[in-house]
Amino acid sequence: MNGKNFRETPGGLIPAVKVNDFVVRFANVNGTGSASANALFTKAIFRMGVPLTPKNIFPSNIQGLPTWYEVRVSEKGYLGRREGVDLMVSVNPQSMKKDYADVREGGYFLYDSSKPLPPGYDRTDIIELGIPLMKLANAEYTDARQRQLFKNIIYIGALAALFDLEFSELESLIGEQFKGKEKLIEPNIRALNLGVNYVKENFEHPFSLRVERRDLLGSKILYGGNSACALGAIYAGATVAAWYPITPSTSVVDAFAKYAARYRVDRETGDNNYAIVQAEDELAAIGMVMGASWNGARAFTATSGPGVSLMNEFLGLGYFAEVPTVLIDVQRTGPSTGMPTRTQQSDILLAAFASHGDTKHPLLFPASPKECFEMTADAFDLTERLQTPVIVMTDLDLGMNDHVTNPLVWDDNRKFDRGKVLTGEQLELLSKSMAKMQAEVDEHDLVSNGNGFDTSTASELDAQPLGDQSMTQPLEQFKGKFGRYLDVDDDGIPYRTIPAAHSTKGAFVTRGSSRDEFAVYTEDGEVYRRNMDRLARKWDTAKELVPQPEFYSADGIRLMAEENWTTAGAGGADGVVFFGTSTYAAVEAIQLLNAEGIHLDAMRVRGFPFGQAFREFVDAHERLFVIEQNRDAQFRSLMMIELSVNAAKLVSVLNYDGMPITADNIYRQIKGNL
Amino acid sequence: MTYVKPAFRHPALPKNDLGYTVDYYEGSLSTLCAGCGHDSINAGIVQACWELNIEPHKVAKLSGIGCSSKSPAYFLSNSHGFNSVHGRMPSVATGANLANRDLIYFGVSGDGDTASIGMGQFVHVIRRNLNMVYLVMNNGCYGLTKGQDSATADAGSKNKSGSVNLFEAIDLSSLAIELGATFVAQSFSGDKDQLVPLLKAAMLHKGFAFLNVISPCVTFNNNVGSTKSYDYVREHVEATATLDFVPMMREIKTTYEMGSVKDLTMHDGTGIRLHKLAKDWDPLDRISAINAVQRAKRDGEILTGLLYLNEGSPDLHSVLRTTHRPLNELSESDLCPGSDALAALNDSLR
Repeated sequence: MNGKNFRETPGGLIPAVKVNDFVVRFANVNGTGSASANALFTKAIFRMGVPLTPKNIFPSNIQGLPTWYEVRVSEKGYLGRREGVDLMVSVNPQSMKKDYADVREGGYFLYDSSKPLPPGYDRTDIIELGIPLMKLANAEYTDARQRQLFKNIIYIGALAALFDLEFSELESLIGEQFKGKEKLIEPNIRALNLGVNYVKENFEHPFSLRVERRDLLGSKILYGGNSACALGAIYAGATVAAWYPITPSTSVVDAFAKYAARYRVDRETGDNNYAIVQAEDELAAIGMVMGASWNGARAFTATSGPGVSLMNEFLGLGYFAEVPTVLIDVQRTGPSTGMPTRTQQSDILLAAFASHGDTKHPLLFPASPKECFEMTADAFDLTERLQTPVIVMTDLDLGMNDHVTNPLVWDDNRKFDRGKVLTGEQLELLSKSMAKMQAEVDEHDLVSNGNGFDTSTASELDAQPLGDQSMTQPLEQFKGKFGRYLDVDDDGIPYRTIPAAHSTKGAFVTRGSSRDEFAVYTEDGEVYRRNMDRLARKWDTAKELVPQPEFYSADGIRLMAEENWTTAGAGGADGVVFFGTSTYAAVEAIQLLNAEGIHLDAMRVRGFPFGQAFREFVDAHERLFVIEQNRDAQFRSLMMIELSVNAAKLVSVLNYDGMPITADNIYRQIKGNL
Repeated sequence: MTYVKPAFRHPALPKNDLGYTVDYYEGSLSTLCAGCGHDSINAGIVQACWELNIEPHKVAKLSGIGCSSKSPAYFLSNSHGFNSVHGRMPSVATGANLANRDLIYFGVSGDGDTASIGMGQFVHVIRRNLNMVYLVMNNGCYGLTKGQDSATADAGSKNKSGSVNLFEAIDLSSLAIELGATFVAQSFSGDKDQLVPLLKAAMLHKGFAFLNVISPCVTFNNNVGSTKSYDYVREHVEATATLDFVPMMREIKTTYEMGSVKDLTMHDGTGIRLHKLAKDWDPLDRISAINAVQRAKRDGEILTGLLYLNEGSPDLHSVLRTTHRPLNELSESDLCPGSDALAALNDSLR
């Protein structure tokens, strides 16, 4: 036995006391109502002000297969997964053998003792807690479904007694849950008490895992990434959502529908200020998004890897025809069907280069529900600013689990950035300006400035009232004729018009085939090349528009946004690069290493393409550990492709078993390479 | 084909109620083969829009890939167009329509674009009764890849290379009626008198208007033995009716033989007057329409005209109960719940 997990007492070895620092895993059967019971446990601890992170580990199945719910409680605020189960709540005979084995030394195994444990369950390094859950439920309730549901509540009551949870928190949670169905409150409380009383009456020795109230969460909220993405779309003004059901992204659109029904129904008419279409497949879903975006609405779709595979052709069209598109990719374990209900970060290369030909797409990497909200909202601005598909790269872990995250904020003065869109008035003015300029050229016979126009006309034009004051600049640069693909601002981003903007001006055919600056079909190689080069310029513009990386000092503390790692960090030889849901575990691992005197600078990547700050971090370190959750080190490849980083410099830290990466794992892999 | 579009227009060209001459509705110079049926259809579209006094910028033209899908460039140059990807026009049209319900959505597709690669999207856009015109320029072959049989080529039809198609044809009109299309018509690119009124009615129909227009491929499928050649189609066309499009408020002056005339009223009060030729056929009765098409098929005839009409059924916007304002006109104040709502939401998540 490892002494660190036990303490010696006069009565023998008993497990070491752990306050606000343990992992509980619930082993349930899916479809038995365990999810809401388990959520009670989580929420009660959250309300006691203690950081925690719950994870659903569930099968691709409706009913009858094993499902787990794991809660890590961490006073230090570590929100990644941790290895080792301190308490297993075993209510699934199917997985019991493995669940029994998975309890860490010195841990607890809580099981339904209505039947005795079968032979072979004879570990001496753990403590077994038998509670006759089924018998208690059967004695109290007559209805079969009630017996099943309340069995779950009974074990929550038992846990409340064992962990010393505040019963009043559980009571108020049940009160909130059954608001409007008050009849259900009493039987739920009764079930809780059955568990509480059984523990009090039958267990004598002190339980070593304990929850104590703290005030560590402040104004933080407990929220899931998929809901947050949906809310971001609502706030950013998305009016069209088209989708095809696929785990783990389905709840993005479910949440969008829920929020839309709450926030977007006209109170007077009952009409909807949104449209949601469940498409026939992912191809149609993204096609609808592009049709709507092309026509001036904000639109999005959400999918997972298999859907992104199908969306490739449209993503290529979006890139080449320059149609705004917001795609939320909630990644799951691939390839092919893979493990649909497990997490991974394995669509990186697929998403970055989706479709044939020279295509690439900006990617956003949220790491928390708050960032899911913000980045989804930002994605709508970015996609219209850049006129190219933007992909929000979240994953199952972030999307389908609740996370402790900072409260969401919104600036009511924020305006949607619709990018470079010319209105009918601007189109009118644009051609008038040509006539005016031409007249002045004729009249004054001005000396040409090289473009054939006098720059003095520009200031006069600037004074014209326009629909959008920010767009006074480009008009004279058009030289009187609107060209959909003219790069008048030298940033690679052209101006677009929305159908019906003007009766005679600004119409063009959007197409996925080669065209000139005026949107006229062409097979002229030089014109094609010019267009491809402009798209490359647009890519350069995107580098500084996507969310910039965040830097961490060697002790894992996030640096202020305005600070740069070189000024605030240690500036050591080794650095760590990570993104998305690897963040929690990565920061924890960095702190573990730091405690051992191993100091690592760190960069959390938030967007692709990579900008100047990213490159500086890469250049300033001799060796970089790249943490990602896939087999093939896709992000590392992306760094090599985009920045030609020397492969020898990039050491991969990988996790691809479908479970969220743990700090223990990262720690081991980095340490093994030092 | 010619290489330069003539700029000359007859000075005495008539103007429509908006004051436009027909050339205002034209597009850029066609690059299709001389004699291509598609060009005749494009001319029909120009004519129909001019006669209907449509403002071109209030039309959105959409297509997939193929010879037919190039067409939107060849009519209505003042309309926005979207030449999308192969077989995916319906989804793009769906999104576009959702964004702005006030425009006319004119989709052009081909038999490959619809009956093969695009079959999935075709059937689903019908199910949703999207308010659009969906026109298939049907020539039974793949022109751009040099004449392979398409899924609408009849079994036994011979193509230019002499090979005989061994597979049964997909009958798009029957399928459309079966799936609940609310306007289904069939025509022939060589019959402008029939095509133009059908196009007009289709554009005013509220709901999914399907037009299957046989449009011979002069280059690859106009040979003896082909059932989509000009000669074959002319010999085998059987019109369900001759028809006139009757604009709203305009008195019908011509008199017709009693008993053979059927007036169909569109949702906006305009109408189609059918002079019935086919017996035992009622265009308002789906079963009857299906029977008529099947009978013609059995007899080796191509039934043309308005086959089926259902004016009452709700389109996608009605089903989704979207606001009557175009979604693309809604602003921050309409769409963003604001910081107070967010604060309340934060509270509910603690």
